[in-house]
Amino acid sequence: MRRFEYLRAASIDQAIERLSFDPGAKLLAGGTNLVDLMKYDVACPTTIIDINDLPLGDIKETSDGGLRIGALVTNSDLAFHPVIENRYPLLASAILAGASAQLRNAATVAGNLLQRTRCSYFYDVMTPCNKRTPGSGCPARNGLNRNHAILGASQDCVATHPSDMCVALAAIGTMIVVQGPNGARSISLADFHRLPGDTPEQDTTLRNNEIILGIELPPAPEFQRYSYLKIRDRLSYAFALVSAAALLTIDDGVISTAHVALGGVAHKPWRDTAAEVVLVGRPASRGNFHQFASMLLSRSEALSQNGFKIELARRTVVRALEQAASRTPQSQSDKRVH
Amino acid sequence: MDQGPAITGKSIPRIDGPVKVRGQAKYAAEYDVADLLHAAIVSASIAKGRVISIDAAAAKNFPGVVAVLTHKNRPWFWPFSFLYKDLAGPPGKPFRPLYDDRVLFSGQPVALIVADNYEAARDAAALVSVSYEREQHATDLAVEVSKAYKPPRHRLGLAPTPHPTGDADRAFLASPVKVEASYTTAAENHHPMELFATTVEWSDKIVTVYDKTQSPKSVEIFLKVALRLFRRKVRVVSSFVGGAFGLGLRPQQSVILAVLAAKALKRSVRLVLPRDHMFALGYRANAIQTVSLGADENGRLLAIKHQAVAATSQSEDAQDPMLNFSASLYRCDNVKLTYQLAKLDTVSPCDMRAPGAATGMFALECAMDELAYAINIDPLALRLANYTERDQSENRPFSSKALRECYLQGAERFGWAKRSHAPRSMRKGKELIGWGMATGVWEAAMSPAPARVKVSLLADGRFEVTTSITDIGTGTYTILTQIAADALGAPRERVVVKLGDSALPFNPIQGGSWTAATSGSAVQAACDKLKKKILLRAKQTGIVGNGQATELLSPAALADLLKLSGSDNLSATATIINVKFGKKYASATHSAVFAEVRIDEELAVVRVTRLVCTVAAGRILNPATARSQIIGASVMGIGKALYEDAATDHNLGRCMAHNFADYHIPSNADVYDIEVLFVEETDDKVSPIGVKGLGEIGSVAVAPAIANAIFHATGQRMRDLPITIDRLTRLSD
Repeated sequence: MRRFEYLRAASIDQAIERLSFDPGAKLLAGGTNLVDLMKYDVACPTTIIDINDLPLGDIKETSDGGLRIGALVTNSDLAFHPVIENRYPLLASAILAGASAQLRNAATVAGNLLQRTRCSYFYDVMTPCNKRTPGSGCPARNGLNRNHAILGASQDCVATHPSDMCVALAAIGTMIVVQGPNGARSISLADFHRLPGDTPEQDTTLRNNEIILGIELPPAPEFQRYSYLKIRDRLSYAFALVSAAALLTIDDGVISTAHVALGGVAHKPWRDTAAEVVLVGRPASRGNFHQFASMLLSRSEALSQNGFKIELARRTVVRALEQAASRTPQSQSDKRVH
Repeated sequence: MDQGPAITGKSIPRIDGPVKVRGQAKYAAEYDVADLLHAAIVSASIAKGRVISIDAAAAKNFPGVVAVLTHKNRPWFWPFSFLYKDLAGPPGKPFRPLYDDRVLFSGQPVALIVADNYEAARDAAALVSVSYEREQHATDLAVEVSKAYKPPRHRLGLAPTPHPTGDADRAFLASPVKVEASYTTAAENHHPMELFATTVEWSDKIVTVYDKTQSPKSVEIFLKVALRLFRRKVRVVSSFVGGAFGLGLRPQQSVILAVLAAKALKRSVRLVLPRDHMFALGYRANAIQTVSLGADENGRLLAIKHQAVAATSQSEDAQDPMLNFSASLYRCDNVKLTYQLAKLDTVSPCDMRAPGAATGMFALECAMDELAYAINIDPLALRLANYTERDQSENRPFSSKALRECYLQGAERFGWAKRSHAPRSMRKGKELIGWGMATGVWEAAMSPAPARVKVSLLADGRFEVTTSITDIGTGTYTILTQIAADALGAPRERVVVKLGDSALPFNPIQGGSWTAATSGSAVQAACDKLKKKILLRAKQTGIVGNGQATELLSPAALADLLKLSGSDNLSATATIINVKFGKKYASATHSAVFAEVRIDEELAVVRVTRLVCTVAAGRILNPATARSQIIGASVMGIGKALYEDAATDHNLGRCMAHNFADYHIPSNADVYDIEVLFVEETDDKVSPIGVKGLGEIGSVAVAPAIANAIFHATGQRMRDLPITIDRLTRLSD
């Protein structure tokens, strides 16, 4: 860990101002990822701007019936918030599928959006990594890539985004509200995380001098059918090999809306709205789910060790849709898959 | 001495429990020493080659940095590697950190930063830049297996791989039923909760070393000889050890580097090796094995052939009893065992809980399950059909063997009789259910080196039991207290046990499951001696006229006794020498493990929902601590079966599992019901107190029982550990 200057931001403007003139500055909220990365010398900020005093900890209903969630709301507070539990149970379920109770108590909404890949090469400064040191190479591509991307990867980077929460947010359809020196703007979650391309060092479209104020969820229909199913190497406390967030509305056995996002498979939560259209108007049957899953994964590509994830992802999508359709969402405390 | 009811054999809570939960138990990195310096390592990024240059200018100029030690400026070393031998090392040249410019493995320490605070040492370590001349490395056992060799020199203290009996090749060919299969097991890291750490308190006359080790004595001897501290008094203290699992059997890099720095600077130094360095300290050797079993139609074994190639380093022939039990567990006249090593550019492998046996028995017990299905008989019935009362490899009886009771009581408890034999025949909902079993075995041994214990009557009427051995979390403090209290007829509150200090009477190494038997027997003998002395002294001083009933001696009477005899303590020492019983008997602990798995048929998610572990280990001193040992070992077995893999990138020659996100051990959610049963086993030959030891046995049979249960559930043989989801899904495509 390198030495750094510590600053406790008194206002949002102060934080933005500091970010604007100090390219080595990083924002600190829960610190559950940043501090790890600093311990491994992966992140070496010259200044830490602690934003925990900023007024970004509220959850408020918006005029259109949606929800505005402050950047500093902790993952635990969000998962157990009555409105989230009742109207956005998919989000609560996804959050509770991740990390541990202790981590969720510290981790924040914005920190979760910005958490970096868990690729073991990225974490080890003794090895090359294009995301950490642009141009140094990607040893994962021909090395240990069992848990790497099957969709949207590039020659330069095959890392995955590790979040569970973001997969649910992708399925729900979320706006990220950010503020920079020139004011606030909103970015849809689909455009917030990016594919690696030839600039894998950039995880998101957030600019260096911008701060996340919060997220906005659209109004949620009642009685929505949902499931968050996470498949991992052990039953708890592991990043997803594959996860699927499914939201369905079904009228008389026929699907009227279907939102499905995948986690653990790409550099960002993976969603294909064109494929989702195929489900609309069709019966909620295993055959249709299967056909959809195949479409969703049709562009997947295997590396030397992660080919199993393609079929696993297909099966996970089918099961998550079945769970959603039958109103038996995956329990995150009982680890048995329903 | 007011004799209460005997407490040996009872579930006495750990006597060191309260200090541990209050945070009062001090571990190696927690000793406060005046003017302490802090060290941090810089480690090699390449697996093989030479250090060309080390640019440490920025590190040296960093505020707080006192010194940067490298192979160029470290204190003088003996040029002879044999002087770096320790009590537990294998044949070969032990690794000497900072010895020369050679890089022998990725993660090897190449420089040590010493600073007046920890943060500066760590910060400056990141500023050191090392340039290397790379050489082609070899880290892939699957490739290097072609260069396998029989270890030319045998590891001291290790029973040799048994010689062949009969003609296994011919018998196998002629057998009506044959199974032959290859098995691979991954390298595993020990990952005890406490990191490897050393605090050296330096002075001209005495060097006190607080170290995480399983042998303070071995470290003391090593430091005196290898690091040339023979002119000083060296005291090594490890009062508490937060797990070690074998990685603390040898003097570790932490103690060598910390003492080197202390010696160079004549200052007190602390070094804590970080979690991500654990992979560069030692590992359970990965192995490739082939087992060939021949049998008649009734399942009687006609031939056992078991070959293994295990990983070792370039500089040492690390060896463990991987195949030693394959000759003695079952009745079979034709046995052939081939144990070989293959050299890799890694740190030397290091004994890890049930070394060898956990690997070898995985292959043998899976092969037995394969044989049961080849013949179409129940896997437990196959074991019983080949049960042996004699150790055939040496043609001698066992000192005791209650394995049959383990099988029968375990099967009863588990409900094995309700098992339907066919694979994929049990299911509930979307989950396939599998029931599997396996046998475990480990040598019941006393320490190969003599162990000494001193028991003293103190002025306040308490008894102090001292010996240099550690308590690595197994409950040694507690069981020695129990034995001493009963032997002396004193309540346990009046017994004080002091351990983990090389200044105490010599007791070599905590390992091999021999500490309870060895140290317990020595405590018993020393207490018996002291009791006789007290009686005699009581008679001489007239405190007890007729010389009976020491039990009547109160603390006050004992204090009087000391006063009258003009000394402030009265003591006795005993030394246990492992003469054992020559070659007359074989002695072993046994277990039978029954496992239930539930596997989602489509998604291959495995849950180990039930384990029943039955253990025959002679006399059980404390069922509570004994049960804890078996449960802990079983959890490790689940890890071995399903998760643990010190995965190496062979392009880089580097283990990439640096932390608990990459190196998976079972989480609480992965551990369901584990039931432990100790079967009655009386053994008056194995050790003076009838104890066999429990450290290893719990780890042996769990992985094969789970692998066999997975076969029963899915119909797929999983011959490669760990059995991860990708291996399972590939099979069901």
